[in-house]
Amino acid sequence: MSPTTTTVTITNSPPTRISTWSRIRTSPAVLAGVAICFTLIVLAVLAPWIAPYDPNRQGLGIQLADPSGAHWLGLDSFGRDVLSRIIWGARISLWVGVVATLAAMLVGSTIGIIAGYFGGTIDRVITMLTDILLSFPQLVMGLLLVAVLGASLTNIILAIAVTAAPAFIRLARGSTLAMRERDFIDAGRALGFSDMRIMFVHVAPNILDEIIVMGSLWVATAIRTESTLAFIGLGVPPPTATWGGIIREGFEFLNDNYLLAVFPSLAILITMIALNLIGDGLRDATDPRAPQ
Amino acid sequence: MSTVAAPALSVKNLTTEIRSRDQWHQAVRDVSFDIVQRETVALVGESGCGKSLTALSIMALLPPGVGRIVGGRVSADGQLISGIADAEMEKIRGSRIGMVFQEPMTSLNPVLTVGFQIAEPLLYHRDLSRRAALARAVELMDLVRIPSAAQRINDYPHQFSGGMRQRVMIAMALACAPKVLIADEPTTALDVTIQAQVLALLAELQRSAGLAVLLITHNLGVVASVADRVLVMYGGDVVESAAMPDLFQRPTHPYTTALLAAMPRSDRSSETIAPIPGQVPALAEMPVGCRFQSRCPLREVRCVERPPLRPIDAAGTHHVRCWVTGGAP
Repeated sequence: MSPTTTTVTITNSPPTRISTWSRIRTSPAVLAGVAICFTLIVLAVLAPWIAPYDPNRQGLGIQLADPSGAHWLGLDSFGRDVLSRIIWGARISLWVGVVATLAAMLVGSTIGIIAGYFGGTIDRVITMLTDILLSFPQLVMGLLLVAVLGASLTNIILAIAVTAAPAFIRLARGSTLAMRERDFIDAGRALGFSDMRIMFVHVAPNILDEIIVMGSLWVATAIRTESTLAFIGLGVPPPTATWGGIIREGFEFLNDNYLLAVFPSLAILITMIALNLIGDGLRDATDPRAPQ
Repeated sequence: MSTVAAPALSVKNLTTEIRSRDQWHQAVRDVSFDIVQRETVALVGESGCGKSLTALSIMALLPPGVGRIVGGRVSADGQLISGIADAEMEKIRGSRIGMVFQEPMTSLNPVLTVGFQIAEPLLYHRDLSRRAALARAVELMDLVRIPSAAQRINDYPHQFSGGMRQRVMIAMALACAPKVLIADEPTTALDVTIQAQVLALLAELQRSAGLAVLLITHNLGVVASVADRVLVMYGGDVVESAAMPDLFQRPTHPYTTALLAAMPRSDRSSETIAPIPGQVPALAEMPVGCRFQSRCPLREVRCVERPPLRPIDAAGTHHVRCWVTGGAP
């Protein structure tokens, strides 16, 4: 018999990334959140085809009519279809939530990595400015900015991004400080890599999971802020349908038909719950202290 | 008469200070050595003797505010590389001088593939395309004897053992074909059997690529097996420098003698191991003059003055910094 050679490949520890994924995939809460968000996104994207009526078309029937077969969620004070307005409103809310958060993530993380990586005076100045921004309540800050800049979709996104950025600056700075002490950063320097390369090729991917978790939670906050701004009249100007705007209109006719305020509130509530389910799930799945 | 080629790495009168409690202390004092191609020079000494600091000084990687070079010059292939602009130095690190660190377990980026990390210096310094750099990375992995390199190129560091990771580190350091390799305790964190493999690999790569190697270690066994020349450091001073067999055959400085007596050896019983009494003084408490005097059995009055590094043989290859034992040949 000829001798046989057996090659055994031993992997010392299961890859953490895979276990993170399996933890996300097997969590019913996260799956529910993902399902709801996916539905919302589909509705928002396909609004022009899905919404039963033009959201801005007035006089579809009796003003403030109750829900009926033709108008599932009733009509508002101008006789516009509420369901169509909520579906169109999802576009604004999700767009603002996602774009503002992405902008805050990108800019905030970059600033935070720079502060944490270089330290010294740069870090002190950035930390001080961040602390000043953080000392304003988020809503007050957003209000202030929109009031100064004027209410438009771009300005609202900008304002919310500015209020969200300090949180990302702080997170990225802290994580980078910890990362800077790691040996592979010194190894990168010994290979002659520039500070830019070490920061964005070596540090950034290592702190990305924390930033994404934070981002998923901030999308909810951004949507809530947008709705609040719209509610107090600093949102995307009418007649554009926004959830906060519909609540505001409904609020004026609370005694006549309270449902007009209830339905968009429910839309916001469901979105908040779904996003927080995802965010919490991601956080738990990436938490190294969580029980396996 | 042909001109003599400049040494691959030349360090002249390097003096480096580090800061502790707002005071600067000399941690590397007047260190000089040359390494020519195909030569391995070992820096040996206890923790804190300044050997790693010497390496960091050569690479200009001293952490700002904590360490600074206050004197001396470093040149590679005759070109001055100390005190040059950061941007210029970045082109030399990883490209003309490679460095391998002590901790292979933590010196690789956990979220980047091994293949990318080996290819990265080529992407950065040589402007290779991604495809070409990755192809070269596979060759380098073969070169450092990582089995089935092509299959493992997309693996992450945690899928590699310590010895394999150190091979990856070596491949990264050699990616741009530098002429000088600085290996800072490259085998300290590895199992003894793996140590021997990694040392053999380094020796082989050195021969084939004509590398000049600066090996930093506290392990005299490692020195004995690979070094051509040895510099023994104590308290930031080079106390003895000699060609390889000479140091073991004729250790002259009291510290070298003590170090060799303290080394466990298979041909001696363990009772004969003589530990060096006392401990290395903190930098702030270093004695004036010879820094070993506080632990030296041969101390004399004149040791309060710093002895020069003097040759003790006719050929001038064996130098000792000691008033008592380092007399003229």
